[in-house]
Amino acid sequence: MSLPADYLTYPYRRPGMDHERYAYSNLFQRKPVTWPGNARVALWVLPVLEFFPMDMAPKGFRPPGGMERPAPDYWNYTLRDYGNRVGFARIYRALERRGLKASVAMSSRLAERYPHVVAETNRLGFELIGHGVDMNHLHTGALPVEEEREWVKSSLATLRRLSGQAVTGWHSPAYSQTHATLDLIAAEGVQYVSDWVNDDMPYRMQAKSGPIHSMPNAFEITDMQIFGFFKYKPAQFVEQVMDQFELLYREAGKHGGRIMTLSLRPWLSGVPHRIAAIETVLDRMLGHGGVWSATGAEILAAWKAQQ
Amino acid sequence: MPKEEPGLYDYLPYYDRPRIEWPNGARLAFWCAPNVEFYELNPPANPSRPSWPRPVPDVQGYSWRDYGNRVGFWRMMEAMDRYGVRGSISLNVALCDHFPDIAAAMRERNWEFFSHGIYNTRYTYQMDEAQERAMIADVKASVKKWSGQDLAGWLAPALTNTDNTMDLLAEAGVKYTLDLFHDDQPMPVKVKQGRLISVPYSLEINDFTTLFQGNCTPRDYTDAIKAQFDRLYQEGAENGQVMCLPLHPYLIGQPHRMKQFEAALDYITGHDKVWLATGREIADHYYAHCYDRFAAAIAARKGG
Repeated sequence: MSLPADYLTYPYRRPGMDHERYAYSNLFQRKPVTWPGNARVALWVLPVLEFFPMDMAPKGFRPPGGMERPAPDYWNYTLRDYGNRVGFARIYRALERRGLKASVAMSSRLAERYPHVVAETNRLGFELIGHGVDMNHLHTGALPVEEEREWVKSSLATLRRLSGQAVTGWHSPAYSQTHATLDLIAAEGVQYVSDWVNDDMPYRMQAKSGPIHSMPNAFEITDMQIFGFFKYKPAQFVEQVMDQFELLYREAGKHGGRIMTLSLRPWLSGVPHRIAAIETVLDRMLGHGGVWSATGAEILAAWKAQQ
Repeated sequence: MPKEEPGLYDYLPYYDRPRIEWPNGARLAFWCAPNVEFYELNPPANPSRPSWPRPVPDVQGYSWRDYGNRVGFWRMMEAMDRYGVRGSISLNVALCDHFPDIAAAMRERNWEFFSHGIYNTRYTYQMDEAQERAMIADVKASVKKWSGQDLAGWLAPALTNTDNTMDLLAEAGVKYTLDLFHDDQPMPVKVKQGRLISVPYSLEINDFTTLFQGNCTPRDYTDAIKAQFDRLYQEGAENGQVMCLPLHPYLIGQPHRMKQFEAALDYITGHDKVWLATGREIADHYYAHCYDRFAAAIAARKGG
């Protein structure tokens, strides 16, 4: 038994990354940034509103929240749909009552199916960002580039047409990307992407058409991970999210403004027994003072102006 | 041919064995082993195991590991400095080529560099003897180049071994392996030539198996570390013990875990009969004072 010779050759063993998408950078060696009003932490609330077709058969991997029972899977379909009827409304109200902003990642097919959700997003002044077609359209593996280009174009065009917003942000379904995704979304006018979970701050990436920026969106602190996978209790979510916030808040005193991303799925965080946990973390964060609620586009603009 | 058992060690009862005495009357040798890793975006395929859970490019998996090198490592290092805990680094040696700043920071602190292979996406599975020997030689040369140290310890890349691994490590002069989890104390490992020992690592209080695989909240994790420490510290009064805290900067260096990591270090370093050691120091002490007595006790039992 032996392996092919190329298994012991290392063509990218060199200073820096093993690809050309971005440069290595130590977070603690960067120039500190200052947020508007000298805030320590920019609070970026990121509701993720998704359409999971009941007949989905995704290629590559099963996205979290996908169907898992024999058809017709009313169990999973309706639990996800609950989020787009009831759960999102609870989350939006919690944000509205606190005067907070948000960026909303939305499947384009959800925007088509439920105009009310788009109208509410606009009414509250939330930013809409691209989230692909739906959760059956994963940007993964051997997806032909022409097919992916069509998904990117059509999903962004749909959100822009239905909302009237510019739509300059992107978060792929289930953080899925192909080798071409960055080039395709940048070519369609996307300025930031929140799928690369390697940083607590924005950084510059390279697409064929020019720069695109990464915005922080750590999956380990999302409700998907904490409630969905780990089945932790609401009180445990509050502890862990506040630990995240407090560490960032503390670091901001020394290293400049930080970003607290709060990524929320309405079918998890918008249920009656968990919504209080979301309200609690919002209230506790705001209680610290020096917190700037902003959209992804606003945070990125403030960051870029200081580079 | 698959084997029924590893054939690498013989039986020794836990409460009837020679006594380990650590320096200065310590009950417990505590060592901290961060895995400083590089996972490739497009690694070549190994027939025994896929490189990534998702099709390449697994952007989520890749960027999560990269967090450790951009952010988590530096945060973890700062906390370890604050508590006077040195690292014994489970190192994918190619990381030093990619990120010389990380190598320099570890070298400046005189942390131990031990092997975790070349990349965490290059598995040992299905390597022939010559290939595995070449990989070990590469690692040995890289550790020398980046740290000035002679390679002493080995945790196989992604914990992937072959039937030849332990013999090849001993042949190359490696002193200890971390891939065997059969005991709480160092043990002789049977090899064709030279000597090799196992030093306890841990898959029980490893941040990956607890925080990511084991559904352990950060607070539960600190409690598990404290409980592990308390029991070993207690038993160490009878016979010297080893406690390893294996870490991954992409996990422990997350903002939502640092407070709990600091609490664990604070607790451990707050005890006086603890030897804050490195893997190499533990192995050296064992070879000098314990190996022969353990080998004799094992031989006297004739296997069972």
